[in-house]
Amino acid sequence: MGKTLFDKIWDSHVVAKIDEGPSVLYIDRHLIHEVTSPQAFAGIEKRGIEVFRPQNTVATPDHNVPTIDQHLSIKDELSRFQVNKLTENCERHGVTLFGLNHPYQGIVHVIGPQLGLTRPGMTIVCGDSHTSTHGAFGSVAFGIGTSEVEMVLATQCIMQPKPKKMRISVEGELPKGISAKDVVLYIISKVTASGGTGYFVEFAGSAIRSLSMEGRMTVCNMSIEMGARGGLIAPDQTTFDYVKGREYAPQGEEWEKELAKWKELYSDEDAVFDKEIVYDAADIEPMITYGTNPGMGTKVKGRIPTLEEVPEKERNSFTKSMKYMGFNPGDELIGKPIDYVFVGSCTNGRIEDLREVAKFVKGRKKADNITAWIVPGSKQVEQQAIEEGIVDVLEEAGFKLRQPGCSACLAMNDDKIPSGKYAVSTSNRNFEGRQGPGSRTLLASPVTAAAVAVTGSIVDPREISELELV
Amino acid sequence: MAIEKFTKITSSAVPLPIENVDTDQIIPARFLKATTREGFGENLFRDWRYDSNNKPVEDFVLNDPKYSGKILVAGKNFGSGSSREHAAWAVHDYGFKVVVSSFFADIFRGNSLNNGLLPVLVTEDFLDEIFAEIDKDPKAQFEVDLESQTFKIVSSGSTASFEINSYKKECLLNGFDDIDYLLNIKDKITAFEASRA
Repeated sequence: MGKTLFDKIWDSHVVAKIDEGPSVLYIDRHLIHEVTSPQAFAGIEKRGIEVFRPQNTVATPDHNVPTIDQHLSIKDELSRFQVNKLTENCERHGVTLFGLNHPYQGIVHVIGPQLGLTRPGMTIVCGDSHTSTHGAFGSVAFGIGTSEVEMVLATQCIMQPKPKKMRISVEGELPKGISAKDVVLYIISKVTASGGTGYFVEFAGSAIRSLSMEGRMTVCNMSIEMGARGGLIAPDQTTFDYVKGREYAPQGEEWEKELAKWKELYSDEDAVFDKEIVYDAADIEPMITYGTNPGMGTKVKGRIPTLEEVPEKERNSFTKSMKYMGFNPGDELIGKPIDYVFVGSCTNGRIEDLREVAKFVKGRKKADNITAWIVPGSKQVEQQAIEEGIVDVLEEAGFKLRQPGCSACLAMNDDKIPSGKYAVSTSNRNFEGRQGPGSRTLLASPVTAAAVAVTGSIVDPREISELELV
Repeated sequence: MAIEKFTKITSSAVPLPIENVDTDQIIPARFLKATTREGFGENLFRDWRYDSNNKPVEDFVLNDPKYSGKILVAGKNFGSGSSREHAAWAVHDYGFKVVVSSFFADIFRGNSLNNGLLPVLVTEDFLDEIFAEIDKDPKAQFEVDLESQTFKIVSSGSTASFEINSYKKECLLNGFDDIDYLLNIKDKITAFEASRA
């Protein structure tokens, strides 16, 4: 029987298998940040052991950094302490750190791919659930807890039960103006926020293959939002072209050797998945969420389900969610007033996302009722945005680019949406209070966010800009 | 470094019949700035427990004196979202030893097991039975026995068995953690690295 792409990578990294228990899985790349690593370093120090393979771990502060005045000392005492702790830990243990103000600093899931640290066939982990982003390169990448971060620091391995395998195929050509974010929000709205639990998902099909690397990262990034352990896409020429020539990518002969291996990374034709789902690309429209988990999404032009349309057992949670959001069951979404727009995060903080926003807002003006935060995913994205003139276009339209970090995606720093306010956000979670206590989040694509930013209310971007969308 | 041993507990339970409780609710991000593992229980379910003026929300279960105990009984898909282990630390630090649900998010489940917090997976019907029991008598007792892998409603004797892999079971019964195991097979890991070079 053939093997799935996931099996090929997983099986080649199993150091040992415990009977009726987990596998000992070898980790090629370990990414760490300031929030989920300090207790892990403390743990190995308490045991009196060293980091086993410091060269396989790379660190950057992202969750808890300010997005303005990064050249100054961090104002918040606890945040400063945590970021400094990361620096100390990395120095003490010989781990490469791209610290604040380093030209490579940024959100871990943006910098990994950008620097060529993320490569096909690797196992990649990070104490962050959006590690699934790296699966876009045909790697097995997933989020772990801090105890597991400690395991990787101590032994370069973790203990994991092997997940089941699911394949989600999106077939056909994506309609004009539909982005990767719409694709993944569509999938999650169908699968639900828990439908992928216990599975590792391979995204496949012609619509997925047509996506750029940035788009594929957006799709894999949100695998966790359907509960999946991770998501991955078989590498192809698009992948190889993206990786080639990047700072840490293999060069010369080494490149050729690796490339030959990467070309074997696909699911065999007779591979069997535990679950298979196929969607029709033609059915996908601009998407938006209306509730408090990412599965509660619909077409921008659609409406919130009525109470009767929700399964009886879920009605309590649904009603609680509607109350939190200040929406009524059955409401149309178009025209609802919005207060904030956030463009950024590991889901949509890449250069392609900023390009799309700039293209849309060019020649337009930000609506007066909107506060917009546009946050690049990394220093390199910021630099590129300056060089490409994106920053000028944004400023002309009344927007300002902030400095890199996770920012309002999880509101650990000062970038908090005030209580009761509505934010259309390109991030990944619309949980209660996710973007600040009492904040109300509606997830959407960068283009939809840009359209909302210029109209001040929920709008289908195709209605304003049909000719410009590709 | 050992985790707390788990064998058997008998306790009343706290009901949280809400579905899709994500880890941002269990412990909001703004409380993740600590660099140690201790003290997160104080902010467990912070934004459900306290209003914006930091006043306790009276009808939230943790503030309701009717409910107490070492068992948290939660609706389907508990612990979804962020991988923050702080969520498992917060639940455990608050004083819970067991979380019961009809569905757990993968990462939360793993994190719990690594911290001596036992996730007990039961059917939706049995979960409803537990909620009904607490509704009838908030002080109703439940018995969780890891050795026999059973969860019992004491008054009715109604019992459900739960799954746990035998490796993790041994770890919890003996207070071992995964790092001890991995450190013991370091030779194997080094040999694996050599075989790939």
